[in-house]
Formats: sequence, structure tokens, C-alpha cells
Amino acid sequence: MEKVNVTINGKKISVPSDYTVLFAAREAGIDIPTLCYLKDINEIAACRLCVVEVDIKGRPMRNLPASCVLKVEEGMNIRTNTSRVREAVRTNLELILANHNRECLTCFRNGTCELQKLCDEMGVDDIAYEGEKRRPILDQVSMSIVRDSSKCILCGRCVNMCKQVQGIGILDFTRRGFETEIAPAFDFSMADSPCVYCGQCIQACPVAALRERTNIDDVWDALEDPEKFVVVQTAPAVRASLGEEFGMPVGTRVTGKMVAALRRLGFDKVFDTDFTADLTILEEGTELLGRIKNGGKLPMITSCSPGWIRYCETFYPEFVENLSSCKSPQQMFGAIAKSYYAKKIGIDPKNMVVVSIMPCIAKKTEANRLEMQVDGIRDVDFSLTTRELGNMIKQGRVDFKKLSDENFDLILGEYSGAGVIFGATGGVMEAALRTVADVLTGQDLENIEYHVVRGLDGVKEASVVLPVDGVDTEIKVAVAHGTKNAAKVLDAVKAGEKSYHFIEIMACPGGCVHGGGQSHVSAKERLDVNPKVSRANALYAEDAIMVNRKSHKNPEISKLYAEFLVEPNGHLSHKLLHTHYKVKKQYQIENQDDFEELIRK
Amino acid sequence: MALYRSHVLVCGGTGCNSSKSDMIRQRFEEKIIEMGLDKEVQVISTGCFGLCEEGPIVVIYPEGAFYSRMKIDRVDRIVEEHLFKGRIVKEYLYEESLDKDKLKSLNEVDFYSKQKRVALRNCGVINPEDISEYIARDGYLALGKVLTEMTPVDVIQVMKDSGLRGRGGGGFHTGLKWGFAAPNQADQKYVICNADEGDPGAFMDRSVLEGDPHAVLEAMAIAGYAIGATKGFIYVRAEYPIAVKRLEIAIGQAKEMGLLGKNIFDSGFDFEIEIRLGAGAFVCGEETALIASIEGQRGMPRNKPPFPAIKGLFGKPTIINNVETLANVPQIIINGADWFRSFGSEKSPGTKVFALGGKINNTGLVEIPMGTTLREVIYDIGGGCPNGKAFKAVQTGGPSGGCITADYIDTKIDFDTLTDLGSMMGSGGMIVMDEDNCMVDIARFFLEFTVEESCGKCTPCREGTKRMLEILDLITQGKATLEDLDKLEKLAINIKNTALCGLGQTAPNPVLSTMRYFREEYEAHVLEKRCPAGVCKSLLSYYITEDCRGCTKCAKQCPVNCIEGSVKKLHIIDQDKCIKCGACMEACPFDSIIIK
Repeated sequence: MEKVNVTINGKKISVPSDYTVLFAAREAGIDIPTLCYLKDINEIAACRLCVVEVDIKGRPMRNLPASCVLKVEEGMNIRTNTSRVREAVRTNLELILANHNRECLTCFRNGTCELQKLCDEMGVDDIAYEGEKRRPILDQVSMSIVRDSSKCILCGRCVNMCKQVQGIGILDFTRRGFETEIAPAFDFSMADSPCVYCGQCIQACPVAALRERTNIDDVWDALEDPEKFVVVQTAPAVRASLGEEFGMPVGTRVTGKMVAALRRLGFDKVFDTDFTADLTILEEGTELLGRIKNGGKLPMITSCSPGWIRYCETFYPEFVENLSSCKSPQQMFGAIAKSYYAKKIGIDPKNMVVVSIMPCIAKKTEANRLEMQVDGIRDVDFSLTTRELGNMIKQGRVDFKKLSDENFDLILGEYSGAGVIFGATGGVMEAALRTVADVLTGQDLENIEYHVVRGLDGVKEASVVLPVDGVDTEIKVAVAHGTKNAAKVLDAVKAGEKSYHFIEIMACPGGCVHGGGQSHVSAKERLDVNPKVSRANALYAEDAIMVNRKSHKNPEISKLYAEFLVEPNGHLSHKLLHTHYKVKKQYQIENQDDFEELIRK
Repeated sequence: MALYRSHVLVCGGTGCNSSKSDMIRQRFEEKIIEMGLDKEVQVISTGCFGLCEEGPIVVIYPEGAFYSRMKIDRVDRIVEEHLFKGRIVKEYLYEESLDKDKLKSLNEVDFYSKQKRVALRNCGVINPEDISEYIARDGYLALGKVLTEMTPVDVIQVMKDSGLRGRGGGGFHTGLKWGFAAPNQADQKYVICNADEGDPGAFMDRSVLEGDPHAVLEAMAIAGYAIGATKGFIYVRAEYPIAVKRLEIAIGQAKEMGLLGKNIFDSGFDFEIEIRLGAGAFVCGEETALIASIEGQRGMPRNKPPFPAIKGLFGKPTIINNVETLANVPQIIINGADWFRSFGSEKSPGTKVFALGGKINNTGLVEIPMGTTLREVIYDIGGGCPNGKAFKAVQTGGPSGGCITADYIDTKIDFDTLTDLGSMMGSGGMIVMDEDNCMVDIARFFLEFTVEESCGKCTPCREGTKRMLEILDLITQGKATLEDLDKLEKLAINIKNTALCGLGQTAPNPVLSTMRYFREEYEAHVLEKRCPAGVCKSLLSYYITEDCRGCTKCAKQCPVNCIEGSVKKLHIIDQDKCIKCGACMEACPFDSIIIK
């Protein structure tokens, strides 16, 4: 890349010619405040906080341009720290505050709010403008997501996350001028819109305009209830993010501290969803082999990600039959805990409360699906996000950083390395391949790292040749993460351009490690660290040190089949561990004709 | 082709049309048939004549009789007298067109004599729904010349030499713009005609489209040839149904004659034009918002660069020119750059169409050479303020512009002089204000418009203009302090400095310019709680003068019982209780209640 010479705050620097002024400044060690900017996702120059003073070869630019989109030019002289710039930034912050619900002290994002931080840093010490505010909308109809327009600052990060990254576009700017809102079409509730609850908009939101619907108090109540035996399961990805809630670097693996903290909070048993991740591999792997051998519907597609399930049911109903009938590991866990485990320890499943800690907000809705119960008993009672657990630990006054590592309880806390990597895109596929390869070859293979399905390429493809009924067969697989990539794969399959036996799809870009329930990483931090990579690395590191790295080698899984389930895909498995799906209308309205009339208007 | 001895030109522009000119035309046709004159007299619906104040307008040729303020019931007499007997009905003529009983030609009338019609040359002259009338006036000659005799580089050079600057607001050099788009390699390029005219009071683009649609089509094809585009879009407001209809007819006729479509003039050049209707958002006149709107996105501006010439519609190189700009192009091609430079000022050659409105006698459209003074426009052409009121200021550039005061009335108008005065050319709206206009109220009016029309994307425009409006409200209510004035100014400067698009950056101009020239009026509102022009309702007080006869009618009408006084005695209004509803004033039979 060609370089250009620019001066920033008097300092001469040479930077690649495709740099923006914002990046050139960073290279010069100068921080420019941003709010609407989300690298590669939302570069719309709307908040006007990153404005700078610029002249080019002595000719001043007319106004204060936004550095996030302004490309460097030879001879540019940039000043970021003049009273004119500071005054402009502060005024624009004050203007945002004037239309903002300023209940910072009681806000879910108190401490992680990017607006709050900037106001602090820029010395906004007064409410400069009081006046009319936009109409407030508090949409908490959904089990998963809450939209609070009174806190929205209209930065558009969620809009482009949903539209450009996820390829869906639930949220967009509506109305205009001072009345502008970000909302679903025609003011539908998020619950009645085709939102899949991936929660990526929450990850994008700098404030608390979008957040999960919290169940913290429900869980406290259960823990207080002497009648209840409360068990908790933690999803693989949570251990790679929870530490961030306590100021630890992004992607710090805190498995042992997390277990210790959960015990301090009073859970009767601390288990791991990784256990049922391993179980999923056996059920799903068996299902796949069955489909291949018996001419079942192919490609088979994973069903672990409830965001993906919603997406499929809503946008690709023709693929519903391709979905594995396996419940997700969260649900399998609940079903096993309340049957096999409850029986084992002699507890009435009605008195058992299963809490899950998930990197996900769609899990809350999944836990509430009518299909997700056995004999009238719900598999999972409450699902909390990583952030909610962080909050609970703080509320419980547990000094997280000082905790010593502890181990999960037996028996549902036993897991393999394959279960751990479920949390990263490609992890389910790799775990499945480890088991399927062993089963089909009848060997205990040593070469078990499938790097081709790891990493952040949108769609990853691989093929392995394995003996099926003694015939060497090429098993073709694909991995997609993020719904936009899912659409790419499905469209290619639909068009007949691609054919696969097995596809792993996760609704969130990067997989569960970057789920909508994970810790917030600010737009600024994201310039230095990619949470998808750091957290996935944490999981692969845990896998690497495990003695047992294959699901079918998990001794407790073997016992589970021997003592209880009998065989994968067997009668009891079907009752407890498998489910079915239904096609979902995009907008939940009584009469589609009414809606179409509405659109026409 | 049939020959007629007389032609009746009825204005079919939107202004006259809304005063029933279509029914007037219909009556002419009926009466002419009744009188058996239909083989001798042709009735034509034309575009706008410009003198809208005097509409509906009918001009009868060959005499050039200019009938103004026409009514349906005058038609029969005109047909009987003028068309049948050859006697012009002088009492129905536009007063100014008579010089001691002698009919003046239109060009001698004050309103037209100082004008130089280039963009409007065919408006009010031809039937815009008949391509042959356009061709008879040298229509498509320029396109023919360009395609058969000139290279694209030649065309751009002529445009550069002419010095034509964009008439839509910014005043950017058209030739340069075309020159930027031409060298960009792309599988598709586009020409867009920006007909999203939105400034309150400006309607020159509408008039061109209604009166001379082919000029725009021809210019777009020329632009397409110059930059290598084969496709054009006209983005026109849905609120301009007549313009849309005439454009549709014009495109159809041009296609039929092979002047649009494939292989035009056997040159191998293809050009197609499609119409896109805008839903009326002011911001869609901003070129990047306009592009977004054509693409089917919400009409919100995006940051520039990249400029549309590099990355425009659907990501392809695109030029966007305003209607009036385009209307100049064929003339420049035919007559040459030197001809165009022979009028106007050095840095702003050519003419500009202004829409005169507000407190002025001759409301309407005028096309004048750049460099004409404001005085000539307002007094000689516009006829000054009505009722002998004193001229106070003129707002140019609509809601993005500013006001120019009586002190600067001898300014020669062009792009740069207006900018120097803190205003701008904009699209050419000129709203005249007299002594009865409150400048705070005027600023408030324009700001209210921008608040309403802000797209809501960037902070300063969305939030800042609203807060400015709230402060202006306080001022007009007498509730503001001097600190609020400082706040207002600070906000205005911040919005100007940091807003994303032209709309936002210029939104504070009306406030800044009125504060600059009429600060004392602002201060009167703030310090004395007084509106010097007597406009701001909250600051007015009702008083009963000595003329009061003590009839008690006012006291009976007062809804808050704040008028004291007994029969046949002078009544007094209790100012503390008065709610300024004005009921007393209406009730008073002796006009003895005044506001001050």
C-alpha cells in the first residue's frame, strides 16, 4: 500500500493511503472519541463525535469532518485537540444527552455504557439542554430481548449489525427528524417481528437501548427456596467471557473460578452443558449416520443454536426437515437432569430447578418453547446470560478474581474437549468428526484436530473419506456462522450448486463465543481485540489440555447409555432428547391480508 | 399541418391550473367550436409564464394580447370580441401591457423586459405535450450536434468553458462534475436529474418540467454521451403531477421519434430515461439521499467523499444535475460557451431563475442574468412591496440561506456575492419581507421547516435544530434570557461545523443571518419582551384607545373578564389577566382596540 504523509497534532506520520484519519490518529497514539462507529459494520459518520480540524496543504476544510470516514491525503494537517474540536464534541454529547433517558444509576449498562464513559472523559458536567424528548417505547414482550427507545441514541450500530452482518434487517430507522426511532417495521414488538434473538444488536448497542430480558431475580428466588434443588449448567462459551465482567482481558478462560463462584451463590450442584454437548454428538452423530445409510433427508443441519432454529423456521422453512431432531445441549441437559439424575439422587423432578448460564439470549425463548418439556415438566427453568451471571456474582458480593479454581460436580459435570469447543464456530462439526471418524473406522484416531473447520471464514467446507458399511465414502460438510452466511449456504444448497451431508450453523458470527449474551466489548476495545478470536482460542486451549477430547469417550456418557438411555436415538432418547420444529410466520399477526394492506399503505 | 390564424395560449402551469386554467382552456375550446372558429383558432396549454401573481394567464397571438387574472366567465366575451371580431378586450388585459391604450409587446412589460430567458425560453411559448413544437424551436438540435460532430471530451470542454454552475444550490461547476465522472471505468454509469425541488416558495424546476420537458431530456442524453452513461433517472416529487405527466408524455414521444432509446441519430449511442417519484422528503434533494431513495433505501445522506461521480447510484459513477442546470445545456451546446458567458457575471455566467414570493407585488418566476442587482429584481421586476410598505430584507436560498437587508440592496446577485453576505443562492427562492415581518419569527419559520425535514441521521441536525427551535420559541414568547441568545448562537455554529450533509450544515443560516443583521430585534424580544414588528403574539398587548365610547361590548365578550369600565366611560384592559385572544378587538364597533 502506498503511503501518505500527514501531520496529526504537530506530529508527522506516514500511513497507508487507505487509512482513515481515525486510524492514522490511532497510529500516532491519539485517541479520537467515537460512538456510532463500529469498525467494518457501522461506518456512517452519524454521531459527529469524531470530528477533527483539518487542512490540506494549507487549505482548511470548510467544516469539522468526521474522522471515521475521512481518508487521509498527502499533506493533511489534522488537529484533534483544539478548543473548537473539544467544544463541538462536548456540544454533540450534550445534545445526545438532552434526548436520552439519563437514569444512569439504575441502568443495566451502568459501567459498561459507552455514552456514559465518553461524557465522563469529555468533561460533560452539566445537562446543557432540557426540552422535549422523543416518545419512549419500552418493548419487553419477548422472553429474550428488551427494546427501550428512551435510551436509544440512534447510532445505527444495531441496524447495520442486523442488516449487513446478519442479513436480516429487523431494526431500521423509522420516522424522521427529531422523531426518528430505531424500531421494527410498523412498530411491531420484537416478539412479533422475525427477530431470531441472536442478540448481536445487543452486542452492537453502546447503551442500554437493547438488552436481554433479565431473570436474575427468578434465580435468586429459586436459590432461596428451601424446597428447591437448584442445579446450574454452564455453556462452553461462558468460561471464555465471564472474566470480562470483572475487568479481565477479553478471552480469559475462567472455568475454575466460574464453578467456584456458582457454588458461592448457592447452587446445589454446578454442572456443565459440555456434558450434554458430548451427548449431542452421540445422538446427532447417530442420526447423521442413520440418515446417510437409510437415505434420510440430507444435508442434516445442526440444531444447537436456537437463534439459527428461529431463523430456519422463519426464513428457510423448506429446510426444517433438514434440521437434526436433537434438542440443543441446554435442553438435553435439563431433560437428563430431571430424569436420570433426579432419579439417581432421589429427588422429585418437580422440586428440581434447572438454571442455565448461556452466552445467548435466544436460549431464554428456547427454554420456554412448548416442545421443550417432558411429561409436563420443563427441561430448563431459567436461562441467564453471561452478563447476568456476572451481575449475580457481583450482587452476591463474591470477589471473583480472588476465587481459587474448583471442579464441576459429578456426574453431569464430566466433559470432553470436544464438548468444550462447541462454543466456537466449527466446534460442533469438529467434535462430530472426531466421533464419527472413530465409529466408522472402528479405531481410536489420534489425529483429531480439524483446523479446516476452525477460524472465522464465513463459510467453511471440508470433506473426509470414511468407510460407510465398508465402502469408502466422501462425507462432505460445511460450517456457517452468522445468519447471513447461513443464508449463503442454504441458497447454494437450494440452487443445487452445493451438496453436503452435514452442515453446522450457528446464528452468531464466530459461534457462541460471540453470542448475544456474552460480555460487552466496546467498539473502541474491538479495534484492538477480536473477541471472537480470543474467546475461541480460550476454548481450543481448554480442549488441548483435556485428557479426553472425544465425546464418545466421556465415561459418564457411556454410563448414561448403559444405565438409562440404552442406545443413541433409542426410544428413551427420542422421548427426552429429540424434538420437532414448526414453520414460523415472519410477522406474528392475526391476518396476513391485513398486514399486506398495511404494507401497501 | 393545419394552419391557424390565431393561437390562444393558456397557462397550464401548476399555479394557474389551481386557479382553474384548465377549465378556462376548456371553455375556450367549447366557445371556439360554438362560434365555428375551430379551423382558424388553436388553443394550446403551455407551461408557466412566470407572472403567477396575475394568473391565470392567457396570451393570444399574433397580437400578443396578455390577458391576466382570467376567469371562466370572461372567455365568451374574448372569443366573441377578440377572436371573432378582432377587437382586443382591453379591460381584461394585464394593466402593464397597455401603454396609453396601445398594446405593448410582452418583452416591453417591466416584469419581462429585464429578464433573459434561457432555461425558461420555451415556458409559456410552446405546447409541452407536443415534441414537434420543441423541435421547431431547435429542440434536439444540440443532441444531434453532440452525437454527430463532437466527442465526449469536446462536450465536457464546452461545458467547462461555459462556466455553468449548478442551479440546485451548491453552485458546483457542471463541466467539472461531468469531467470527474467521464474517466471512471464502469460497466454502467448514470445520469440523474434532480427534480426534488423542495425549498418553500421555489418552483422553477417544476415550471421547466411543465413547460419544457424535452429540454431536460435532451440535456440528460447529452450528459449521458459526455460521461458514457446509457441510463438516466429523473427523480421528481410526486407532488408535481402535471410535471410527471408531461415528462411521461415527453419520454414517450422522444422514444417514438428515436431521440431516446437505442442508436440515437444512428450514432451507436443508447440512452434511456426512467422517472422515479420522490415521496416529498426535503432531504432527498441532497444528492446522496436522493441516490439512496432511488435505490429503494431510506432517503438519508451519506458522507462524501466518495462523491457520486466516483461511487453513485448502485455504486456506479453517477452525475446528478438539477433541472434548471440541465435546461441550460442544449442552449450552451448550440450557441457556444462564449454566448453563455456573454451574460451574467464573470464567475457566475448565464442566468438564474428566481421565485419571487412574500411581500412583493409581482409574485412569480423571473429569469435574470447573474449580476443583476437585488434592487432591479425587487423593484423593477417585482414591483416592490405591496401597500407602499418599506422593504426590510429578502431571504434567499430558502431554509438553507439567509437574509439580505436593505443596506445591501445594490448587491449584484451571483453565487459568490450571496455567500459573502452569509446567505446563499440555493435553488433561487427569494422571499421578500417588509417592515411588518418579525425577523425572529422568520428565522423560527425556516428552522421549523428544517426540524420537520431533518432526516434524523446525525446528532447536530436531529437534536441541535430542535433545541434551537425551542430557544426561538422562548424568545418569541418573551421567556428567553441573553444567555439563551448565546446558547442559540453556539448551537448554530456547532451545527454548521459538524452536521453531516448540506441540509444540516446550512440549517442554522436563517438564524445566524438574522442574528447578524437584526440583533436588536432579538434583544427587544429578550430584554424588553417586545416584538418590534408586532408579530409575536405572546408579546403583544391589547389596549383601548381614547376612541372608546363605553358601549361595554368588549367587556361582555372578554372570556376572562379582564376589561373594566362602565357605560359610556373609557374601558381599560387589565394586562396581567389578558390572554390575548383578540375577542374584544373583534367585538369593538369603533375600532378603538389596538395591539402594540
